[in-house]
Amino acid sequence: MERTHILFPALFAAASLAAGSAWAQGSDTITLGAAVSLTGKYSTNGKNTKDGYDLAVERVNETGGVKVGGKSYKLKVVYYDDESTSARGAQLVERLIQQDHVDFVLGPYSSGLTKAIAPVTEKHGIPMVEGNGADRDLFEKGYKNLFAVLNTSDYYLRAAIQLAAEETRKAGKNPADLKVAIAVENDNFSKDVRDGVAEDAKKLGMKVVVDDKLPPELNDMSATLAKVKAIKPDILVVSGHDKGATLAVKQVAADQVYVPMLALTHCDSAQIAEKEGKAAEYAICGSQWDRSLAYKDHWFGTAEEYAQRFQKRFKYEPPYQAAESTASVLTFVDAFQRAGSLDKAKVRDALAKTDMQTFYGPIKFDATGKNVAKSMVLYQVIGGKYKVVAPSQWAQTKIVFPAPPWDKRK
Amino acid sequence: MSNITLLFDTPVLALQLLADGILVGAIFALVAYGMALVWGVMKMINIAQGELVMLGGYVVIELAKVGLHPLAGVPVAAVVLFVFGWILYRLVIFRVVDRDLFISLLATFGLSILIQQLANGIFGSDVQSVDASLGTLLFFGGMLTLAKVKLIAFAAALVVGSVLFAFLRYSRLGQAIRATAQDARAARVLGIDTGRVYAATFAINAAICGAAGGLVAMTWIIHPYLGLTYTLRSFMIVIAAGLGNVAGVLGAGAGLGVAENLAGFVFGTEYQTACVFLLLVAILVARSTLLRRGRRYLQ
Repeated sequence: MERTHILFPALFAAASLAAGSAWAQGSDTITLGAAVSLTGKYSTNGKNTKDGYDLAVERVNETGGVKVGGKSYKLKVVYYDDESTSARGAQLVERLIQQDHVDFVLGPYSSGLTKAIAPVTEKHGIPMVEGNGADRDLFEKGYKNLFAVLNTSDYYLRAAIQLAAEETRKAGKNPADLKVAIAVENDNFSKDVRDGVAEDAKKLGMKVVVDDKLPPELNDMSATLAKVKAIKPDILVVSGHDKGATLAVKQVAADQVYVPMLALTHCDSAQIAEKEGKAAEYAICGSQWDRSLAYKDHWFGTAEEYAQRFQKRFKYEPPYQAAESTASVLTFVDAFQRAGSLDKAKVRDALAKTDMQTFYGPIKFDATGKNVAKSMVLYQVIGGKYKVVAPSQWAQTKIVFPAPPWDKRK
Repeated sequence: MSNITLLFDTPVLALQLLADGILVGAIFALVAYGMALVWGVMKMINIAQGELVMLGGYVVIELAKVGLHPLAGVPVAAVVLFVFGWILYRLVIFRVVDRDLFISLLATFGLSILIQQLANGIFGSDVQSVDASLGTLLFFGGMLTLAKVKLIAFAAALVVGSVLFAFLRYSRLGQAIRATAQDARAARVLGIDTGRVYAATFAINAAICGAAGGLVAMTWIIHPYLGLTYTLRSFMIVIAAGLGNVAGVLGAGAGLGVAENLAGFVFGTEYQTACVFLLLVAILVARSTLLRRGRRYLQ
């Protein structure tokens, strides 16, 4: 183990030399810094994040760059690989600021890494815009330099509860009679999802009948599902990243556990509709963004046009993780132009006053730095496809609730 | 404690938990049996056990992508992992097999990290699984459900267990393996090529893990970082059952599965793992008091 510690700093030293010289090559370039997970457990989502950033940078440079104080600048990002570990992330951001002299930082992937980095950027007064750290408590620490373009994690499945209540009311029944079962992994993100659901359920008078915390080495949900089978809740909420989504879909189908609504997070990144086939049918998924939404901006056009451009460039469909990363860069660009300066304090103040439209959705920060203008999207898997069912102004189809029982499905 | 009343109100549920536990435990028992074999014969604890399971899962998943039914993929995974285990032995394990236990622990721990990262690089960090589309058996109007895939996994665990038992008892190689386990030096004196025996043992263990991994891919999920769970579980099972005891390992595996499911149901899943480890401590304490009593009689 000791040897790796000797090896890595050497590598980084070499990398920073290269980066340092690039930074020095011209003052008409604005350099952003980012530590993202290119290896380790977040490597897939880390790549999504980096691709999102890269597409934004390419597009902004193509369309004339960033105009600050009558001068046009090109954008550039210096990347490091944080290996999906918090300690490494914090170290690398320190390096970005101290040695690469980066004044503006883009977020990493995941709440955990954002949490590790935020104190560092805060200490140096460096503004960070991020699109992949959704933990609620990130915004309760009083950070002045942290801005997030996405909805916090407690919002992921609130809409599912609201929608179930709405449908129940329409069917002439009382939403307060609905029973909710919650099974979430024991991490901050999932616990936030749980709290959001529990808060809304309580407001609507629903009863939370199962409230399980799944272990981090989650590999079997049988015990929770046995309980669900006995208590027969109307809504089963599962949040446990890709693992949780896949397991829930697989085991609910294998054990033929009937719930009128199965609400999940991470279905799109876990690709449940593509990989689990019929088992995934009627599952409800919370998502930050969808290409069918009617948002647009002058860099990319509509969400759909963004998706097409992304697909052409990277040969895969953009997940929301990529879209929100792109939006983070656009937020910086907008702030640079409004600040009319590259002074980090002025850019920070401009960021705080952000009020813009993007293909990803409207962006406007509250005092704590989270985006309060955008709302979450709900999908339902219908006929093997993700269909938007909420918010209602963009719904592609009406939600199927209650889902048909297993013996009525083909 | 409403969970316990729930259990009494619907006794079918207890049956469900029991069945799930036993079926699940059988898969763990398979992995544990491989570990016990390596431990008994080579006197080393293989920390990379779970990674072998993970690789077996990926073999089945990748084969399913080119159209091979996952069930048919399971024996293929066993063969592939057999070869992999053999190579691993020839490259790395043979260097540590006669050394201190600590060295083999470190070496296999290193291997586990290496295999994890390789798998991450090759297959990506996504969670994958494969659908065997075998359906589900329903009893008591759907209250008791048994996924056929779990039944098959259970049957496979029994078959592999008995084949292994017969193999060790009656075949030449099996006898050589047992002789080496009893006393490697004496076995060498009697002309047994212990190097080959070790290689075979490690390869057989890898094959068992490969088959188990295939079953895991059908029942649950596979991702590059699931190894440790399987290593720990099999370690526990071996500790509880003792070395060289096929029936004991199966029993301990099933017992562990049931305990885990019951604990998860009654106390909530957050205490599932804690309960199981508490049980392990209880077993160890009980075992050591029993042994101490036995020792006293000897004096």
